[in-house]
Amino acid sequence: MAVKRGADIIVDVLLAEGVDTIFGLPGGAIMEVYDALFDAPFRNILTRHEQAAAHMADGYARASGKVGVVMATSGPGATNLVTGLATAFMDSVPLVAITGQVPRHYIGTDAFQEADVVGITRPITKHNFLVTDIKDLPLIIRQAFYIARTGRPGPVLIDVPKDITQQKSDYRIPTDDEVEKSLPGYKPHVEGNYVQIKKAAEFIRKAKRPVLYVGGGVIISGASEELKELAELTKIPVTTTNMGKGAFPETHPLALHMLGMHGTYYANMAVYNADLLIAVGARFDDRVTGKIQEFAPEAKIIHIDIDPASISKNITVDVPIVGDVKNVLKKLIKELKKKPFEWEKAREAWLKQIEKWKNEHPLTYEKSDKVIKPQYVIEEVYNITKGDAIITAGVGQHQMWAAMFYKYSFPRQFLNSGGLGTMGYGFPAAVGAKIARPEKEVIAIEGDGSFIMNIQDIATAVQYRIPVKVVIINNEFLGMVRQWQEFFYDSRYASVCLSVQPDFVKLAESFGAVGLRAKKPKEVRPVLEEAMSINDRPVIIDMVVDREENVLPMVPAGKSYREMLLSPGEKGKAETMYLVG
Amino acid sequence: MEQEIKTVKLRPEPPKRIGRHIIVVRVQHNFGVLTRITNLFASRGYNIESLTVGVTHEPNIARITIVVKGDERVIEQIIKQLRKLIETLRVRDITTIPHIERELVLIKVHTGDEKARDEIMRLVNIFRAKIVDVSIDTYTIEVTGDTNKIEAFIDLLRPFGIKDLARTGTLAISRESAKYKYAKQIE
Repeated sequence: MAVKRGADIIVDVLLAEGVDTIFGLPGGAIMEVYDALFDAPFRNILTRHEQAAAHMADGYARASGKVGVVMATSGPGATNLVTGLATAFMDSVPLVAITGQVPRHYIGTDAFQEADVVGITRPITKHNFLVTDIKDLPLIIRQAFYIARTGRPGPVLIDVPKDITQQKSDYRIPTDDEVEKSLPGYKPHVEGNYVQIKKAAEFIRKAKRPVLYVGGGVIISGASEELKELAELTKIPVTTTNMGKGAFPETHPLALHMLGMHGTYYANMAVYNADLLIAVGARFDDRVTGKIQEFAPEAKIIHIDIDPASISKNITVDVPIVGDVKNVLKKLIKELKKKPFEWEKAREAWLKQIEKWKNEHPLTYEKSDKVIKPQYVIEEVYNITKGDAIITAGVGQHQMWAAMFYKYSFPRQFLNSGGLGTMGYGFPAAVGAKIARPEKEVIAIEGDGSFIMNIQDIATAVQYRIPVKVVIINNEFLGMVRQWQEFFYDSRYASVCLSVQPDFVKLAESFGAVGLRAKKPKEVRPVLEEAMSINDRPVIIDMVVDREENVLPMVPAGKSYREMLLSPGEKGKAETMYLVG
Repeated sequence: MEQEIKTVKLRPEPPKRIGRHIIVVRVQHNFGVLTRITNLFASRGYNIESLTVGVTHEPNIARITIVVKGDERVIEQIIKQLRKLIETLRVRDITTIPHIERELVLIKVHTGDEKARDEIMRLVNIFRAKIVDVSIDTYTIEVTGDTNKIEAFIDLLRPFGIKDLARTGTLAISRESAKYKYAKQIE
């Protein structure tokens, strides 16, 4: 038993949890903790805005698989975390946020920088705590980490009143066993029901046109190897969601790439015509399904997910399997191997049909040697990094192009705000990812609209010499909204024009970063080469692209896959392609 | 290039049957746990008909009885979402297993003339209610029962003029006497 002040107890428990990096910004109510951090062996990243701190911790967590830690002060400090927490919550990212709160005797008095942070963050965290007694502090911090990283991961917030951080108390760090026992209502299902797994194996043997529909759960669970083994064993083609990118190598012959709203023609055709859909760590989001009544209309559905509430939420499932994806896939593979089966023969016709779809409508775009096509920029980023970089993205058209035209081959390679769709996520997430994986090239694909939402944190990247590259797909528009206005609102471009914007090159330089620009297609490669040669500072690359390029193919929101708008053909305009099963 | 679609394939949808469900939740009796539950209902758009909460014989455990209307999928989601809360210990839908439902109501009713007084007294006896307070022109009546009985009683008192009314919402508990017979359904 040692006697320490609350702030030092926090530091000790964080050390015991193996934390090495903390992102955040101090203020009155959290000062005591920052004072304790001053002598602590953490990498302490001072950001310029708390939202960026939350996204950095998120990028750090997604890139490494560890729990990200973010700190902020009470009131505005904590409310600035809200978007970051909601982003992490939607994408099941393990975070622990520690916020200062006004001293206990001020709570409820509308004190300076007071906000009901536990109330505000309740619906956007997996769980949250207000520490009311210093005796609970060590257990609460350990519970927070345990809850954040187990089951379906998510952000957990701990609100600590300032007087508790200043108070002295004896304490002991609770053991793992004590932490588990202190949460009697929290028992994630990880094993998977054997009867259901057996049933799933039977369904797979019987299926003629099966598709694996893979989401971020495979990455979180670390089940990429098992997934590959299953796909290769049973010769089932694999389509991934935006969150699932990297779970299955996109260069693999069985890869169908992304499905859904901006999915490939062949992925959507395969799903539409499938007789068995095996959903693995995915949650039937509306951006995937489109019109739910017409989603995979003839398919039986097997759904493997650790979160029981994800199963039969949006769509009724035939074989629900609640469990950790890795465990379940291992058992499923074992079950499938029990009886010999001629998989090649069973899949021959189906894979041939898919090959035909792939050849008919590959992922493509209209090339140009006059203006820079955004897709071309992504392809060149892919080429110059040999497909080995970690890519982050903001939200909008550039995010979709980054998803479509970079071929991902390993888990935790593509980080973006899939669920919440948070603009401004890409750049700070890249900084967090680079801190977690310094040996990797980390590139943020950003939009001009998205980047500017967290542009202040270039200063942070410069201060800590984080050599991330930011590739701005600059079309001087809120491009995705503009695209929707073009397609669905008679091209009435309401409030989307961003032609008044900073000179991104000068802006980068003013922060002490490197600024580069390409205006013509032939400049893209040299500019990227120059950027790649710089490794001591962030590099901001302004890619001035075709202003009105559209993201295609596209299934309009709430529509069936039948009503997919395809890539521009000879007519140069998107045409509606009706899929017939 | 638009091909005409002759048949649109639809996923087979299970029929939607909206019903009233009684869900019993045991939770750790922590600060803010009730807010977590009501928040969950509000943020996911579920309609609570009634919610009753109280501490149990174990002082660190509270029991919440929720009455909610919805189709099977909504009810299933509600139960799953409730189970997902960290402080939830147990969630059961006891609608289809034998159980006892009770509500308590306090009603202030205008008494008016002697005839009205007699009539109200008669109703109080029939419904096994109790008069717990009397003033010059009102009775305050206490009655317990399931929702149907309570509704019927209130409707009968309505013509006399109800001055005020307080209801607890439904409390429910499964019947121990039927436990073995229905053990399988209790999961």
